[in-house]
Amino acid sequence: MGLRDVSSVEKVIEELSTQNYLADRGLATAVFLSLRQNRPLLLEGEAGVGKTELAKSLSNWADGDLIRLQCYEGIDSNQAVYEWDYARQLLHLRTAEASGRTEDVSTDVLEGELYDERFLIRRPLLQALSVKNDPPPVLLIDEIDRADDEFEAFLLEILSEYSITIPELGTYRSEVKPIVVITSNRTRDLHDALKRRCFYHWVEHPDVEREIEIIRIRAPKVSLLLAEEVSKAAAFLRGMDLYKPPGVAETIDWAEALVTIGVDDLDEDSVDETLGTLIKYREDQERVRSRGFDEILSLVRQG
Amino acid sequence: MNQVIDGQKTLDRHLIDFVDQLRNTGVKISLGSSIDFGLAVTELGAGSSEDIYWAGRSTLINRPEDISIYNKVFKSHWLGIDSLVDEVNKLPALDFLFDDLSDDSEFEDSSKSENDFLSVKYSNLEILSSKDFSNCNRAELQELFYLMNEIRFMGERKKSRRMVKTKKHRKFDFEKSVKSSFRTSGEIVKKHFQEGGERRRRLVLLLDISGSMEVYARVLIRFVHAVMLGRSDVEAFTLGTRLTRLTKELSTRNPDAALKRASDAVEDWSGGTRLGEGIKEFNDHWGIRGMARGATVLILSDGWDRGDSEIVAEQMKRLHRVTHRIVWANPLKATPDYEPLAKGMAAALPHIDNFVEGNSFDSLKDLSILLTK
Repeated sequence: MGLRDVSSVEKVIEELSTQNYLADRGLATAVFLSLRQNRPLLLEGEAGVGKTELAKSLSNWADGDLIRLQCYEGIDSNQAVYEWDYARQLLHLRTAEASGRTEDVSTDVLEGELYDERFLIRRPLLQALSVKNDPPPVLLIDEIDRADDEFEAFLLEILSEYSITIPELGTYRSEVKPIVVITSNRTRDLHDALKRRCFYHWVEHPDVEREIEIIRIRAPKVSLLLAEEVSKAAAFLRGMDLYKPPGVAETIDWAEALVTIGVDDLDEDSVDETLGTLIKYREDQERVRSRGFDEILSLVRQG
Repeated sequence: MNQVIDGQKTLDRHLIDFVDQLRNTGVKISLGSSIDFGLAVTELGAGSSEDIYWAGRSTLINRPEDISIYNKVFKSHWLGIDSLVDEVNKLPALDFLFDDLSDDSEFEDSSKSENDFLSVKYSNLEILSSKDFSNCNRAELQELFYLMNEIRFMGERKKSRRMVKTKKHRKFDFEKSVKSSFRTSGEIVKKHFQEGGERRRRLVLLLDISGSMEVYARVLIRFVHAVMLGRSDVEAFTLGTRLTRLTKELSTRNPDAALKRASDAVEDWSGGTRLGEGIKEFNDHWGIRGMARGATVLILSDGWDRGDSEIVAEQMKRLHRVTHRIVWANPLKATPDYEPLAKGMAAALPHIDNFVEGNSFDSLKDLSILLTK
């Protein structure tokens, strides 16, 4: 059964959890809708809440490829869609010349040979549209807000048609539509037109219960006690008005770091030593240290 | 759901009413999105209020700012819990508009007659453009707004990663050179070159709208609007007791419509200032995360701050670390013998690149020149 035939939101939650991804109801609903209606899923949220991870889990579930397009300022179609391999084309010409073929065939034929699929370098978007058979690939368009407006408009066109035209070769239309996940960190607003194409979900930090589960799944070496303590401490720190509150990725790192140095129960020294894995800004670390660890420690020890 | 839904038609009606209510509270919802909402509810089966809640969240809402209002409307519509009324009605009207000249106004100098400001309008442009905004009467301001729309504020440029072609012998454009060589059987006859292009630096405007800035802020918001129209990639916020993002509202071309929208969005016009907290909010939610990185930030404020000035210092330091340049325009700086005595101003000064005036049309012109260099 394909992903797109998934029967209910509960099923989405279940399938994702077998891929070690614990989705809450809201996220699962957005995933369900975008699968059923064949539309991109747009995820926004703080760094480290698991936006990219979701795409990976979806591709594992689909058992298809994960094709990732990392956006950056100045990205254009050469890096996103396709590019001709000019060096090899040149080599091809030289070979034809050396073997004396240039005298037998016309320039037109020779030029036609150059624009052959074997000289085409497929970049992520073309890759995602070239998949011929199920399972569908997952196309992750990461941090789209980093790309410029023009690229976004271009992307919108591709995402509404699921086809790409290469002047020398013709139009590529996807036979198996990719599952598209777009993430944004909100450094700028995306165009309404793009947002309208997508189902939207704002990904939040998980609550303590869910985070305990996530840590247990992602870092199996961490004991239940430690996972509980770590999640509670993280929840406390998120309420502390830090510049960069720790995300799930950081709490997992932290729990693993604690296990690595042989800690199974938080105490002042171990928190102090490993704080850098959880909190990455110096000002934040100072703020936490100056407040002292007593409060955190007494909080995490409560039933 | 505590409302009984009998048949499909009733459900549709409910969905439409719900979307209408959301629109009435100012959430922008396109027709397409409301249709999507209907499809999503059908897909999920409207079995529980939770399904309807998330169907709406993923189709009708596409920015986190709207989530809390969505929650309220949802509660009131589907669960009958009404917390909405006071929230929506408490917005005080804010008047940026000076269009109706016949109206009496606090700005009007009572000693002047209609004839006087006509003469100002046509013969004394030079005097007017250097006149402090707080001394201008209504008609003079009107004239200044007109002038302001003429300001084209380009802002600074920075290197872009996108390459552009050039005739100069810079980086060899392999791709283009080879491509053109196919015409000549692979012989590179003409060499092509490329170099790094340029793009505009993002410009972020933070306008202080507290009580002490009131006279200036009413004028400066026009300036902010003019700047936004002139170019792309400008972000605008107001700083008062809270931070309000006005980028969307001010993007409308018509100044009156734009200012009307902005005034509807701002809830703390002429209130107190918590400058430090406002900048912190900007840093936390927008600036540090990317908006201010490498950008030019222009703060329009008199620096009066009722909050803790240490917060101002700390937040300005933070902001300064990620920005390309911070320019602070303070209308009070034009006063002879001005000293930055305001706590907030003194705290911010070490973290500012340019400290300029911002009290008259001329000073704004100088400001735009400064920022274009």
